[in-house]
Amino acid sequence: MWKFTVRRILIMIPQIILLSVLVFIMAKMMPGDALSGMVDPNVDPERLDEIRENLGWNDPWHIQYADWVGGVFQGDLGQSFRFKMPVTEIIGQRIVNTFWLSVATLVFTYLISIPLGITSGRYNDSLLDQAITSYTYIGFATPLFIFALVMLWVFGFMLGWFPTSGSVAPGLEPGTFEYVMSKIYHLILPAFSMALITTVNTVQYLRSEIIDTKQKDFILTARAKGASESRVYNRHILRNSLLPIAAFFGFEITGLIGGTVFVENIFGYPGMGQLFLESITLRDYSVVTSVVLLFGIASILGALLSDIILSLVDPRIRIK
Amino acid sequence: MAFLNVEDLKVHFPIKGGIFGRTVDHVKAVDGVSLSLEKGTTYGLVGESGSGKTTTGRAIIGLNKITSGKVMFEGKDITNNISRGRSEFRKDVQMIFQDPYSSLNPKKRVIDIVAEPLRNYEKLSKKEEKIRVQELLELVGLSPESILKYPHEFSGGQRQRIGIARAIALKPKLIIADEPVSALDVSVQAQVLNFMQDIQKELDLTYLFIGHDLGVIKHMCDNIGIMYKGRYVEEGTADDIFSNPQHIYTKRLVAAIPDIDPRKRQEQHEFRQEVKAEYEQSYNDYFDDEGLAYPLQPVSDTHRVALPEKG
Amino acid sequence: MSEKLLEIKNLKTSFRIKDDYYAAVDNLSLSVNKNEVLAVVGESGCGKSALAFSVMGLHTRAKIEGNILFKDHDIANISSNDLNNLRGNEMGMIFQDPLTSLNPLMEIGDQIGETLILHNKDLSAEKRKEKIIGLLDKVGIPRPERVYKQFPHELSGGMRQRVMIAMAIANEPELLIADEPTTALDVTIQSQILELINELKEDMNAGIVLITHDLGVVAEMADRVAVMYAGQIVEIADVHTLFESPKHPYTRSLLNSVPNADKAQDKLHVIQGIVPALQNLPREGCRFKARIPWVDDSEHEENPELHEVTPGHFVRCTCYKHFDFPESKEEQHGIS
Repeated sequence: MWKFTVRRILIMIPQIILLSVLVFIMAKMMPGDALSGMVDPNVDPERLDEIRENLGWNDPWHIQYADWVGGVFQGDLGQSFRFKMPVTEIIGQRIVNTFWLSVATLVFTYLISIPLGITSGRYNDSLLDQAITSYTYIGFATPLFIFALVMLWVFGFMLGWFPTSGSVAPGLEPGTFEYVMSKIYHLILPAFSMALITTVNTVQYLRSEIIDTKQKDFILTARAKGASESRVYNRHILRNSLLPIAAFFGFEITGLIGGTVFVENIFGYPGMGQLFLESITLRDYSVVTSVVLLFGIASILGALLSDIILSLVDPRIRIK
Repeated sequence: MAFLNVEDLKVHFPIKGGIFGRTVDHVKAVDGVSLSLEKGTTYGLVGESGSGKTTTGRAIIGLNKITSGKVMFEGKDITNNISRGRSEFRKDVQMIFQDPYSSLNPKKRVIDIVAEPLRNYEKLSKKEEKIRVQELLELVGLSPESILKYPHEFSGGQRQRIGIARAIALKPKLIIADEPVSALDVSVQAQVLNFMQDIQKELDLTYLFIGHDLGVIKHMCDNIGIMYKGRYVEEGTADDIFSNPQHIYTKRLVAAIPDIDPRKRQEQHEFRQEVKAEYEQSYNDYFDDEGLAYPLQPVSDTHRVALPEKG
Repeated sequence: MSEKLLEIKNLKTSFRIKDDYYAAVDNLSLSVNKNEVLAVVGESGCGKSALAFSVMGLHTRAKIEGNILFKDHDIANISSNDLNNLRGNEMGMIFQDPLTSLNPLMEIGDQIGETLILHNKDLSAEKRKEKIIGLLDKVGIPRPERVYKQFPHELSGGMRQRVMIAMAIANEPELLIADEPTTALDVTIQSQILELINELKEDMNAGIVLITHDLGVVAEMADRVAVMYAGQIVEIADVHTLFESPKHPYTRSLLNSVPNADKAQDKLHVIQGIVPALQNLPREGCRFKARIPWVDDSEHEENPELHEVTPGHFVRCTCYKHFDFPESKEEQHGIS
């Protein structure tokens, strides 16, 4: 088991290197740089070249790459041209918000998907199942950004139940109870909107797992032992079906990243996703590359987490 | 020169392990098998699951990589040119698979399934191809009109016939039949076995018949090889094996066949107890320290048994 | 006369295909006595497994008509609660494929333990473990303490089937149904498992229904044999009678189509045609008629019944009286 984990972690290293190279190349391929358009047009182009030279922007790409990677290891992600402060510091503020938004979304996702998936799988082809399946189809078909806008408009503006932007009410002292409650209050609508859409994958997955497990031979064995229907469900079908769902958990993280980009922008929630889009429009490249790198690493870690969970819960892998 | 000659065939599969997934050991699926087939005969390769019988068959036809050893077909060494694909050999040797339900692509029509080897080796016009396929179907006892049907429209026995039609499309000389009737009901099994014997005479085919059902093997085969853990334990004519088994493993295998006569029940029971006792008692005389069989020693012209060297 | 443990009367088990119900077991009656092994033999699609599942109440979407009397109580269509009190307790079942029939994520000990928990709530955890290990030992599993903690994929096929048997006999059932218990196993393992069932039979005092397609297994194990074709019993007799003087054309054809290791046969007998699909089963007249076309129509009964030819030996339809195998293949085909 530990061998599997160590090996799995080692596999991550080339993945992360590859990711960093891709991110770096992408950044370099973007048209223009932070100086063009941001500085006074009257500045002498030769002076600009000098600045570029000093910043190392004319070095061969591999030297630039090495500089950049070296910086990343020391926690230096570069300087944001827009905020005029270190990228690490900007991300530091935002990442906490995105983290809590993701946690809340995950909680909602499972609160919705597990009961729905179970009902749908257990009573498949019933009316209830058809209703749930219809919901999942709608969820698949609805773009998140449109759905989030509708939610914001209905619950934020029309009904006024939830705040329409920000991550906390202004003027509250961090650490106080009110501050925490306000944080949670601001989280609910974006997290719930995102969960309603992203959960449909898990609902469908759980449903098909249950239907699949129901037809397994060992279910017959359980019935032949005299186990009641509810015991057959809880002891055999559910346990065996939830296992792949648990393993799916890591991949949910990858899904969340895409979601936060839209949702944070729509709800004006100051997280990584919002920072990402803003930085793209303002060509704040050092921020964009850093965010992409972090998103990438989060995805890789998510996959790692999935594999480790699976190896923990499935004896067929665990024993090896 | 034998028609097919396999010398000291070894197929080892690597076991990956450790942190870096290096090869830490090998599974010796086939570990030094030698056999030879005469033209027009049927050779039975028998063993229980994990004995390496299927791997041997697959290695001969080139579906498994040969670790070492030699495969000679009609006097030519074809050990290494197997993987090159469209050699003459691939045309002359065909395979019939065990499960008629999964070995035929369900999305293809019968004509496409049967014509597939033809398309690989012969350039035929659409019309010629259709005629050939119809002839083949007729040969295996299916109506020529069924060329446009899909596999699910046929019964198990009929599907196995489609598989056979595909195998004989290129007029092969050798057919490797990997448990061709194991998935079929007895009456259907009889149909397929009879049919295999008929076309053997008609087309002068040679069979390498892989199986575990000793009743079927005895019915079909002239010569039989018994495998255990990748090695031969005994080889001989059907008569040698069934009437005069020498190796304790063969004895146990033969004793385990259920007898179709209920009156012999008690007799069988006692016989099995005897064989079982003998097996346990003399296990060390017949297997080496690793529990593997010794090299074969001849006991008669046709009969060879895995015994430790004398002395 | 031994007492009747199980008596099936006019059982009809039907499955829904599109909008209609089709009977896979059609008006079948038979009985199983205590201390008796009844083999039900037939080819795939004959309804033998549907019969076993009906007795165990394992069909979830079938219509079951008729009576299944277990110790004089009708258990066809009883409440699931009452059924669950019987299953695993007074009736045990062994399935064909021991790998898929065991829960891959549960330890062997827990899987056997479940049977005990369900029917014997007073047993303490300690006593239970003791009993499970005793059971594993009884079915011939070496080092039962170790196997107790193992998962199914760590055991060989034969060991898994032994676990299944341990599970089925845990509560000393009076009726044991074995549905092709050795089909998925190698021949030496098969003989060990059959031997084990024979040994257990001695001290279990139970009736055993053995469902199989293998006539060799039947000859070795059964006291009585019921041959099924197309949802009906076509012949039923004690094992010696059935193998020595089989009557029904289907039984005789079946016996002739088995390649026998003991005697050299030139050609195996082939039954013409195929077993029709459930929807296309002939429901009137002799169901085997289409497969023996050289037998004249007048020799079949209009509504074939089981006829007692000698005490305890029943044959369906009158066609057996004049049935003989055709001399040649041509003749077999000529009339059709």
